[in-house]
Amino acid sequence: MENDLILRMEHIHKTFPGVKALDDVEFSLKAGEIHALLGENGAGKSTLIKVLTGVETKDSGTIVMDGREISPKSPIDAQNAGISTVYQEVNLCPDLSIAENIFIGREPRKRGAIDWKSVNEKSRELLKEFDLYLNVEESLDNYSVAVQQMIAIARAVDVKAKVLILDEPTSSLSTQEVEKLFDIMRMLRERGMGIIFVTHFLDQVYQVSDSITILRNGSFVGTYAADKLPMLDLVGKMIGKDFESLEAIPKLSGEKKDAEELLAIKDGATNEISDVNVSIAKGEVTGFSGLLGSGRSEIARLIFGADKKTSGTTFIDGKEAEIGNPLDAIKRGIAFCPEDRKKDGIIGDMSIRENIAIALQSKRGLLHKVSRKEADKIAQELIDELAIKTPSADQKIKNLSGGNQQKVLLARWLATDPRLLILDEPTRGIDIGAKAEIQKIVVELAGRGMSCIFISSELEEMERCCTRMFVLRDKKIVGELSGDEISQASIMKRIAGENKA
Amino acid sequence: MKKQVRLKIENISLVIACVLFVLMFGAGAIHYDHFGSLSTFLNLFNDNAYLIVVATGITFVLLTGGIDISVSSVVAFTCVLSAYLLQLGWSAAVVICIVLVIGLLNGFLIGYCVQELKIQPFIITLASQFLLRGMCAVVSTVSIPIENNFYKAAALNKIAFKIGRTNAKLYLYVFLALAVVCVAFYVLNFTRFGRTVYAIGSNELSAGYMGLNVKWVKIGVYMISSFCAALGGVIFSFYTLAGYSLQNMGMELDAISSAVIGGTLLTGGVGNVLGSVVGVLIQGVIQTIVTYQNLNAWWTRVTIAALLCLFIVLQRIISIRADKRKGGH
Repeated sequence: MENDLILRMEHIHKTFPGVKALDDVEFSLKAGEIHALLGENGAGKSTLIKVLTGVETKDSGTIVMDGREISPKSPIDAQNAGISTVYQEVNLCPDLSIAENIFIGREPRKRGAIDWKSVNEKSRELLKEFDLYLNVEESLDNYSVAVQQMIAIARAVDVKAKVLILDEPTSSLSTQEVEKLFDIMRMLRERGMGIIFVTHFLDQVYQVSDSITILRNGSFVGTYAADKLPMLDLVGKMIGKDFESLEAIPKLSGEKKDAEELLAIKDGATNEISDVNVSIAKGEVTGFSGLLGSGRSEIARLIFGADKKTSGTTFIDGKEAEIGNPLDAIKRGIAFCPEDRKKDGIIGDMSIRENIAIALQSKRGLLHKVSRKEADKIAQELIDELAIKTPSADQKIKNLSGGNQQKVLLARWLATDPRLLILDEPTRGIDIGAKAEIQKIVVELAGRGMSCIFISSELEEMERCCTRMFVLRDKKIVGELSGDEISQASIMKRIAGENKA
Repeated sequence: MKKQVRLKIENISLVIACVLFVLMFGAGAIHYDHFGSLSTFLNLFNDNAYLIVVATGITFVLLTGGIDISVSSVVAFTCVLSAYLLQLGWSAAVVICIVLVIGLLNGFLIGYCVQELKIQPFIITLASQFLLRGMCAVVSTVSIPIENNFYKAAALNKIAFKIGRTNAKLYLYVFLALAVVCVAFYVLNFTRFGRTVYAIGSNELSAGYMGLNVKWVKIGVYMISSFCAALGGVIFSFYTLAGYSLQNMGMELDAISSAVIGGTLLTGGVGNVLGSVVGVLIQGVIQTIVTYQNLNAWWTRVTIAALLCLFIVLQRIISIRADKRKGGH
């Protein structure tokens, strides 16, 4: 068995300031194997991949590739050693042609000049193996992310890689596209390539993987054969506790309280969505459910005044209220955690304290400074209350894991003491443990009388958290559920368009 | 052959630029006597050969998404230093070599600061602009005439045509400028260096991940830009046979707008040198019309700056539309 081992990483250590990112981690990969690398956010998966691809250098440990020790210092080094990577965000050049994206840096040349004819021909041949028949001379940005990803893989494969790393390749693909990707992975496995598959989707792990390596908190948990590790055990090993404790979160969606109405929108419309009639009750978690792009976020943006309202009326406490922009909304006690926390939420280079205090400051206006003492106190309280894992409030937020960043964002809005908190995909891309914690916090906040709007693609957590729910399809509200009516099946039926359950 | 006609920003604005050139030239020809002749057309090259070289060089920098506003000072410093050294009796070959090496060195320092020290290209080239402009005045505050024989020969040697009754001429240094354009075209389209320039402008991070040599190519483009500016300066000193410290103030605008009018995106990744040449010719026509109309010479600047704004806005609109169309699918 030793013979077909192509990659072995042993005793890998890596420390970032204040964080032990990798602590004595090992990993080995055989030729013709799809090996899933799993772990919660912050478990060290990305760091391990970065060490392997030369983006970061390890503090100590050995990497042996094909019997030779290597220590890649840059992506080029890793590529030359036979390790290719396709990153989560496709790393190609959108302005260049498909063919060029495949061959740039190693173009066939004729008398010193790039031989465009053979670049194009070779790309066409290569893509044929992937069942892709495209105009390779067209520029890349004319194609979907799925196609771009295939092209990135084609490039990675064609550099004669022995090890292919796929870092979260499926996160922006549709089901069919995922199937196609898996076919390609299986085909590459047949050819004897070793594939490292990093993903959040546990179902997908079982569809293609031969073995599974699990990391937790920067330490190595174990490597298992995929068919010998049931999913429940897998999850248990990832979060370090058994599955029952996760299930034990109280399911809040009990009886519907006859609560007072906090906010209502009558016949609201923006350029994106119309006929919005919703009502949000005090002390309830209201869900907006539907597929991505069904209009969930658009309603949230309408309520928050982030999109310009073209018609309709907003009522707060039964009285008409004009919310024309986010500042109006903040002043009336509405807080909004947007969907893309990297883009719209966190300010990476600022400390946790500053990230928390910033919304409070903007609510008070520029002339009423939030004092350092006050900011310290609020930040520390919220860090304790939400159990944000950090050495201190001075830590830069970008050094935290995804789940903890999300908690800081939550803390930012809680600091303004809102009456209505809008959470758009608060648990996306964070690990199961942090997910459960955030769900619990939301439910507790509602218990204390705060209203909450919860938007998520994961029906299971919607079912668990919401007491009332609006279901959307194609930018229209197609159903309203409350209390016991809320179940994954009933939501799904409405999304799918079956009239009555 | 390389790429089929794609309706992209690059092509759209190149077509617009060509049409604009023809329209302006046509309008001039209808409006003024003696305008619509081969001689006027060739004079666009004679008068703007130096700008063609400078614009070609700066296109490399713009394609990576950078900017170089030091080029006008490089041109001026080259002229002043050349004139000064020639006055001291140095030989033309040595002087030309020195100024070109200074250009390369200036470009290397800028590139190094941009790439290794992560300084904004705008800031570092602004510093270089003032430094070299100041150095001009240190060498001489008055205009120095050039009386070197080689320079005089270069200034006067030309090919004359006679078509019908009109006389037309093309100075030899124009061929040098066109040669630079040809070499640049080849480099950008048929060498790995050139393609890496586009890749960096398109997505620098990706270019690094794809294993391209981002570091040296980025330093390289600033060296090319500065070298071309120095070469442009040499041609300019052929053209004027003098070196003066206040020459070519604000010429970086001409170079940048030539490239932009010719279809180069300021965000990088899209554009080509042929477009920049058309951009230069458009400016030449504007200048000629302003002269024919007997207007204040500043009208040239005003028109060019307005055109630059127009084209930048146009590029944005086209690319926003393209994004929307993609989002719609």
